[in-house]
Amino acid sequence: MADNTNTDAQAAAAARNARQFIEAIPFSKALQMRLDEVGDGLAVISMPYSPALVGDPVTGVIHGGAVSALMDTCSGAAVMSHPQALSVTATLDLRIDYMRPATPGERITARAHCYHVTRSVAFIRAEAFDADEARPVAAATGAFTVARKA
Amino acid sequence: MARTRPEPVHIVKERRDRTLAALVQGVPYISTMGISFDRRGDELTAVLNYSDMLIGNPLLPALHGGATASFLEVAAIIELGFHILWDEIENGRLSTENLTPETLPRMPKTIDFTVDYLRTGLPRDAYARARVNRFGRRYASVHVEAWQDNRQKLFAQATGHFLMPERP
Repeated sequence: MADNTNTDAQAAAAARNARQFIEAIPFSKALQMRLDEVGDGLAVISMPYSPALVGDPVTGVIHGGAVSALMDTCSGAAVMSHPQALSVTATLDLRIDYMRPATPGERITARAHCYHVTRSVAFIRAEAFDADEARPVAAATGAFTVARKA
Repeated sequence: MARTRPEPVHIVKERRDRTLAALVQGVPYISTMGISFDRRGDELTAVLNYSDMLIGNPLLPALHGGATASFLEVAAIIELGFHILWDEIENGRLSTENLTPETLPRMPKTIDFTVDYLRTGLPRDAYARARVNRFGRRYASVHVEAWQDNRQKLFAQATGHFLMPERP
């Protein structure tokens, strides 16, 4: 019991550290990213709609690059939150598929899962949604560098 | 009989610069990122003008992977858009007189984009050049390379597929 409580407290502290870390990154801050959930190789990060992120002035749809930036940040957070990885990571490769334009005005939320970690590489899958959680806006797969806990 | 004289240089330059400006200036995210374009004939070089906002790892410091991805994607789309407009403009099918972001033809949409991170992005300006490898009626494939100090030492490259706009 005491051990469990201790682990919960540690997990909460780790999540708090991760949140502070992510939200202190200048580029994530500039895009107003917010860490909603993190832990155990899973991360959820969202970003509000902003006129500054628009890629198509006629429709007001957000630029694909901004969605990529959200996916990259969320994927990195998922890697850092993996129990076997240290909190240092860099992107090796990221592939994004754009399924549909994000609806203008709506918040975009990315969910990333670090589903496998080797001694030096972490593999992730991620999806991004607007208010319609049944139809993803984009999906991503990627590989990240890892410094593993001794 | 008589060969038509080449157009005066300032007319040619102004037409091409106006085309590029219409493509770039209407996109808020391009100015948010601080990206600009140099043009030499039909060759474009995208410039990511450094600002502290682009940092992803404050300890190193290094450019954010997402900032690099955005830069490459902007460079690829503008290259493809300029490629599409170039023929229309040079053949006179499209006039640059009233060319604004609002009156531009529809632009291609990204289908997928794969970024290959080769080196840490340093906290300084970055450059990118894109090449349209396939320019079909429905699909296009564009490759883009980015470097900082040394053109031979890329810090990132990417390939994207794009859905071409419906032609009338």
